[in-house]
Amino acid sequence: MAISLNINGSRRSVEAGDDVPLLWVLRDVLGMTGTKFGCGIAQCGACTVHIDGSPVRSCLLPVGAIGDKAVTTIEGISETPEGARVQKAWLDLEVVQCGYCQSGQIMSAAALLAVTPDPDDDDIDAAMSGNICRCGTYVRIRAAIKQAASDGRA
Amino acid sequence: MRTDVKGISRRGLLTAGMAGGVLLAFRLPLGAQTAERAPDESPDQFAPNAFIRIDGEGRTTLVMPQVEMGQGVYTSIAMILAEELDADFRRVAVEHAPPDERLYANPLLGVQATGNSNSIRAFWTPLRKAGATARAMLVQAAAERWQVDPAGCTTFEGVVTHAASGRTATYAELAGAARDQPAPADAPLKDPRDFTLIGTSAKRLDTPDKVDGRVVYGIDVRLDGMKVATLAQCPVFGGRVAAVDDSAAMQVPGVRQVVVLDDLVAVVGDHMWAAKQGLEALDVTWDEGPHADLSSADIWTDLRAASETDGVVARSTGDIATGLGTGELVEAAYEMPFLAHAAMEPLNCTVRLTPDSCEIWIGTQVASRVQASVAETLGIPDGKVTVINHYIGGGFGRRLEPDMAVAAVRIAQKVAAPLKVIWTREEDTRHDVYRPVYRDKIAATLSGGSIAAWKYRVAGAAVLARWLPPAFQNGIDIDAVDSAVDMPYDIPNVHVEYVRAEPPAVPTGFWRGVGPNNNVFAIECFIDELARKAGTDPVAFRRRMLEKSPRMLGVLDLAAGKAGWGDALPPRVGRGIALQPTFDTSIATVVEAEVDGDGEIQLRRVTAAVDTGIAVNPDTIVAQIEGGLIFGLTAALFGEITIERGRVQQSNFNDYRMLRINETPRIDVHLVRSGEFPGGIGECGVIGGPPALRNAIYAATGVALRRLPIDRSLIAGGTRS
Repeated sequence: MAISLNINGSRRSVEAGDDVPLLWVLRDVLGMTGTKFGCGIAQCGACTVHIDGSPVRSCLLPVGAIGDKAVTTIEGISETPEGARVQKAWLDLEVVQCGYCQSGQIMSAAALLAVTPDPDDDDIDAAMSGNICRCGTYVRIRAAIKQAASDGRA
Repeated sequence: MRTDVKGISRRGLLTAGMAGGVLLAFRLPLGAQTAERAPDESPDQFAPNAFIRIDGEGRTTLVMPQVEMGQGVYTSIAMILAEELDADFRRVAVEHAPPDERLYANPLLGVQATGNSNSIRAFWTPLRKAGATARAMLVQAAAERWQVDPAGCTTFEGVVTHAASGRTATYAELAGAARDQPAPADAPLKDPRDFTLIGTSAKRLDTPDKVDGRVVYGIDVRLDGMKVATLAQCPVFGGRVAAVDDSAAMQVPGVRQVVVLDDLVAVVGDHMWAAKQGLEALDVTWDEGPHADLSSADIWTDLRAASETDGVVARSTGDIATGLGTGELVEAAYEMPFLAHAAMEPLNCTVRLTPDSCEIWIGTQVASRVQASVAETLGIPDGKVTVINHYIGGGFGRRLEPDMAVAAVRIAQKVAAPLKVIWTREEDTRHDVYRPVYRDKIAATLSGGSIAAWKYRVAGAAVLARWLPPAFQNGIDIDAVDSAVDMPYDIPNVHVEYVRAEPPAVPTGFWRGVGPNNNVFAIECFIDELARKAGTDPVAFRRRMLEKSPRMLGVLDLAAGKAGWGDALPPRVGRGIALQPTFDTSIATVVEAEVDGDGEIQLRRVTAAVDTGIAVNPDTIVAQIEGGLIFGLTAALFGEITIERGRVQQSNFNDYRMLRINETPRIDVHLVRSGEFPGGIGECGVIGGPPALRNAIYAATGVALRRLPIDRSLIAGGTRS
């Protein structure tokens, strides 16, 4: 069955059952592999995408439930001002180690800044505690979010 | 008199290996790596050795013998090569080495493997020579072209300059001519004072592709016509498939095939979701085999009994019998649990088979072992197996094993299409190769406020005996006793034993930090218990045993000073310190933690001081320590794999917990400036956090914990003593 999706500003038609999670439609049907599989039960945040700007774990989101809402993935996040600032801060502070969780981290961070342009530590904890990083880059993630926020005020 | 078995420590063994001693049997021909020219690809390409290619268009490609799994090695190895080559570092490209033991084996391990914090230690000298040799040939080519003395030529950022005549030529222009130059036997290396790249926090080469989704890990590989499979092995270790009813699974949309092997089942689909739903619908009856009643309780009973028996002597210094007979005797035993690796990228491997060859797409720490294991599985020569290595989404030792590739190939043999096999998180957790359980017993005597004798027995699995049999000699696993033998403290009578105790059925392997995780925990916890018996501050107690170890003393004082050691703290808040002499790097870690009335722990602050010698990329080193601390503290707070009815009880991040950002404290890492030979880093950060945290809890509550992970019930309501 063909499902029409609005992904990163483009209309895409995919052959997939309604119940297939967006994660696997992105990765295995559309070949958009920037969004990662980590746990499959919304515990790690590696699969985070935006649905109408809000962070959502795509591993549990049935593709049939998305409708006309806008899907944004790591491949498109640089088009948003928050996403571009977050990516720049990630590069400036060398946040990344293995990098596998970082698509999800960046998506969560960009969503945070869109709603809370000047987050404090508690805001960051609340927005980012659903994203596990096994390399332990949390200290730099915190600093990079603050830098991205600061760049947004400049 | 110190009567160490020669080469018994990791450092000693590795040194001996380099000199052609203990590891002679598998010592590699170092010369081949740096002297042998790569196969010609084009007439204007200059490829003087296995690591460097410069083509006529100006591209400099550096071939990475070690794999990038987050530790930053692609950047630091490239920096070493580019420093001596005088390449333009902003324009170098890196690529993964193919499997080739002769060209790319790790000089300290003797096999092509990335681990043990030895990428920089092993390749520092060979890569400097490789870069210097290539540079010399480029200079010779320029000098010949200009008919000048090579000694009058200088190099900088990919350009040779002859100042006297004002002539310049780029490496690209010289590539064709350089390939005809003889390779000098002994090209001079730079004086470290002249380094312009090494010692700078150069930007990582892999980061840009990792922030915009472009990077391709093994799990991201896509081939034309590819199917996706996921698998289930018997939940009981060693069990087999008895019967399978696939009727429901085959009804799942997108499921194409069910593969049944003697020890596993797999469902093949158009995408991972179909395969996963199909696997859940598959009705499998398992023959659970001989280990169906195995439990953690049994394993601990056996290990505790084994740890009470005499072991093989790994070190004996002074007179332990007399030493233990003088002064006040103190004894303790420390226990460490099984741990899973839980890398963020679940295990995976992609396979394309032809009748007589095989291609493998994977991220692995052991490319040539994957090649050999797959070749053996298929019954074809190694050379018929192509391994395309990828960035790894977390290794931590799990990808030092080739089992995921072997399983994928066995499944792919039944499928008439290229196949990607992905482990679910649950399968990844339940069929890991676990960090072994250990039990360490220490007995010591205190005399006049100092340690007079120290008898230390390590009991646990010998991972090295399975993974690198030639390195397992005289019954001693040098990894399992590494920091026990290399203890930094000056104690007159020291005796170290090792008891090999293999748990039944549970596969064990290397886990980031490896043997020192266990040794340093036991040592540093016990030192704090002795300090308390002696009525001495833990830092002061350690200081007086470090007079012969200036680098250890340096990091101890630096960490203590930066952490505000001795400053007043609120009730139920404590500071703990731990020292480690690991992988040729000296580190002191101070953890400040609070224990609430329920025994819950809040990490307040972590301070580490690190002396690793020459810091190739200081920012990467700081990042590795920061992240390693999180990795180790995660294990101390939450990590334990338990076995019941032969099965691993944990499955996913809901029941195998990871530290999260809201639980992460401030972390300050201080590097000591040094010109000493560079030490290892990747393993190191993991090691010091757990004992420093335990000692902080000891200071906050007075409770001497002796087992990980931390049992909150033991510290609930405790008071600061």
